Amino acid sequence: MAGDDLSGRSDAVWSEQGTTPDAIEAALRQLLVEVHTENDDFLPARVLNMIAFVDREWTGEIANRLRGVGRYHASRLVVLAYEPRRERLDARVMIASEGASAPGELALLRETVVVELGDRHLDDLLTIADPLVVPDLPTLLWSPHGHHEIVTELLALAQAVLLDSVDEPIAREALDRACELSERAYVVDLAWLRSTPWRERVAASFDPVWLRRELSAISAVTVRHHPASTAAATLLVGWLASRLGWRTESLAADGDALVGATHGGEGEVSVRLEAAPELQVPGLEGLALETASGLQLRLSRGAGGLRAHRRWPISDDRQDCEEREWTIPGASRGETGVLGEGIRQALLRDPTYVPALKAARAMLA
Amino acid sequence: MAVAAGRPTGEPEPENPLTAGLERLPVAPTTLVIFGATGDLARRKLLPALYNLAHEGALPERFHLVGVSRKEKEDEDYRSECEQAIRRFSRRKPDEDVLGTLLDNVRYVPGTFDDESVYGELATVLDDCEKEAGEPLNRAFYLSTAPSFFPVIVERLGSSKLAHHDGGEVRLIIEKPFGTTLEEARQLNREVLRIFDETQVYRIDHYLGKETVQNMLAFRFANGMFEPLWNRNYIDSVQITAAEDLGIGSRADYYDSSGALRDLIQNHMLQLLCHVAMEPPVSFTAEEVRNEKVKVLQAIPQPTGDEISRMSLRAQYLSGHAGGDDVPGYLEEEGVPEDSVTETYAALRLEVDNWRWAGVPFYLRTGKRLARKVTEIAVTLKPVPHLAFSQDGSLGVQPNQLVLTLQPNEGVSLRLGAKIPGTRMSIRPVNMEFLYGTAFLSQSPEAYERLITDAMRGDATLFTRNDEVEAQWRICDPIVKAWELRPGPPVARYEAGSQGPREADGLLREGDRWRAI
Repeated sequence: MAGDDLSGRSDAVWSEQGTTPDAIEAALRQLLVEVHTENDDFLPARVLNMIAFVDREWTGEIANRLRGVGRYHASRLVVLAYEPRRERLDARVMIASEGASAPGELALLRETVVVELGDRHLDDLLTIADPLVVPDLPTLLWSPHGHHEIVTELLALAQAVLLDSVDEPIAREALDRACELSERAYVVDLAWLRSTPWRERVAASFDPVWLRRELSAISAVTVRHHPASTAAATLLVGWLASRLGWRTESLAADGDALVGATHGGEGEVSVRLEAAPELQVPGLEGLALETASGLQLRLSRGAGGLRAHRRWPISDDRQDCEEREWTIPGASRGETGVLGEGIRQALLRDPTYVPALKAARAMLA
Repeated sequence: MAVAAGRPTGEPEPENPLTAGLERLPVAPTTLVIFGATGDLARRKLLPALYNLAHEGALPERFHLVGVSRKEKEDEDYRSECEQAIRRFSRRKPDEDVLGTLLDNVRYVPGTFDDESVYGELATVLDDCEKEAGEPLNRAFYLSTAPSFFPVIVERLGSSKLAHHDGGEVRLIIEKPFGTTLEEARQLNREVLRIFDETQVYRIDHYLGKETVQNMLAFRFANGMFEPLWNRNYIDSVQITAAEDLGIGSRADYYDSSGALRDLIQNHMLQLLCHVAMEPPVSFTAEEVRNEKVKVLQAIPQPTGDEISRMSLRAQYLSGHAGGDDVPGYLEEEGVPEDSVTETYAALRLEVDNWRWAGVPFYLRTGKRLARKVTEIAVTLKPVPHLAFSQDGSLGVQPNQLVLTLQPNEGVSLRLGAKIPGTRMSIRPVNMEFLYGTAFLSQSPEAYERLITDAMRGDATLFTRNDEVEAQWRICDPIVKAWELRPGPPVARYEAGSQGPREADGLLREGDRWRAI
């Protein structure tokens, strides 16, 4: 069965062909009793349900991605593996521990349920998924292969939805979709999370009190991004715009770039989003900010962290400048790290995403 | 430094609107100076903590580390030692690029701590760091040395004009123990505060950096169901235990001059007591939280005279068994004087004489080579006033007990009475368990990661204030003095791997029992 390797090491397994949600739920309960009876140092984690609606043929790829998230693995993962022509409901339940418990210490169990279903089950999808989630735990919904209509239906079970705006071929549609979903659930957008280190560093760069005033004097923003990550770049500028009170307007194409202007506190802010074909992973490659007083700050990806470059005038005529370059240490999280962070974020609330999203959408209108 | 862009104008400084929603708030650019840079604490805890902060991108925008120690060596040699320590003790495998970036900004100043020239050289290195950064950097001096060096380092920092810095904050981080008697603590406070302002001083009690200790405040003040019960009307007693299954290892020198009371009760365990007993602070600012803790300590009567032998007990472990092996007694441990009376076990019965807690005993105990490693706080509620059930044929109804476990299984357990299935109305205790590990995805950071970050950010909430340290010593000092008298009260004995000395039962109020370790 597809998804055999979704849970890492399996300590207890149950499977049935032609099964029912009730039988799967009963099997989950029974397996937990058996594991606990065998060794009462093993306890089920009770943090988060995650429902993943995936195309069955890509279940292995999803398994690989989830295997890397380590301790951020949802405590109960329900994988709905979709194969259009499938007639029969098959299921497999796995309960796995991350390792043996040390004497006197407890070890956590995580549960994975893989249900294989077809078109004929979609009308009753809620009644299949509902019995399989742990009641009273927050539920995160993820549909990495699209299926927007399914997401809309399953939202009835979820408080948070995981998406990646850079997965959509057209950035504007990705942001439209995220906006729409954000009205019904808390949206965790991996494109947004990829910008976290950049946002932290921009916030830190302007945190010294003598530099905060420069925020209202920002006159130009340039973001370099993976060619398929326009949404992530726009979200970063949207964040600046929403935090700094800029009025955003639609950007226009200029070759591979998107250019335009927003209106900030002290005048116009020129915006440029450039594709960086050399970047091998989704996300951002660099950010440059300039202020009306001549301060320039550049951040770019580098070995061992973000490479920072700051240039600022030291004479009133701005002829003389000082420049500094340094690396801000930080390890790359990699794509699995970003996914793990996305799962963790389902338990938190970031109030700055939706305002940034709305500002970004206005730039891609 | 001449800076045209963003030059200070004297107007009120604006807030930074970019920090909203960020989990990690900015930390001001800082140079951290570790005195005792080659010592055990630096190698095992501080350097790995700094690496992990670097790994997570949580160090300040500009960060330099300067090690100061007696041994003569070059920057490069010290970097190599840092690298080895990080590789050996970090909680995660180092990323080579991140490690390299961190080590690039490490410098070393050799010399003895009383040598004026060391501080001159240190000042030069600090200035170099700022020239390299192109901006003033905050400075944090971390005293990770033997306590006997604290006064001289503080004095030299003052005389070398390093205690204050134009354009940046200067902070002093002091490791425990903060004095070994009340008078020493007062004297050290006087010497520190002669040079530094209290707002610059961060006295480390690493227990306060533990997630589970901080969770105690969340448990008490974010859950309305417990607060109505949290007083003398409903709580019968409080028991705080910090037990270790290990012996003293290779720490005979330190431990024999310290003992269990100074090592754990005077600082960590009294802090835990404060967390249990404090009133809700108006806000979770450093001053408000510490004000409430000081009030608790001040409400504990200072032990006097004969009372000390009735409310305290010390003991030493004898040989016994631990982890399936035979283990030696304390006096047989390498480096321990054969006539040592240093306690490896200490237990106290304290009272908090205020409106909320009057009459409720607080039992504290700690020891080496006990049956297992556990740190917990057990709050026993008063029994129900009338019992309608027969207790025949069952373990019977026992008072509710709330146990907050700090290690190893971090969580909260509530003992309830429940009916045993069957035809009779028999009751037995059952536990309702909550384990932090089952409810959160995140791994807790090491205490030192949190504390170093907080000190660099200037947040003193998890550090001990001067009056707090003195209030802790005011309680423990008379006991220390009584125990140090020769001949002092006899030292009880307990077998290694056991529950501790039987004599500890003598501290308990009639009807009370120590919880099984």
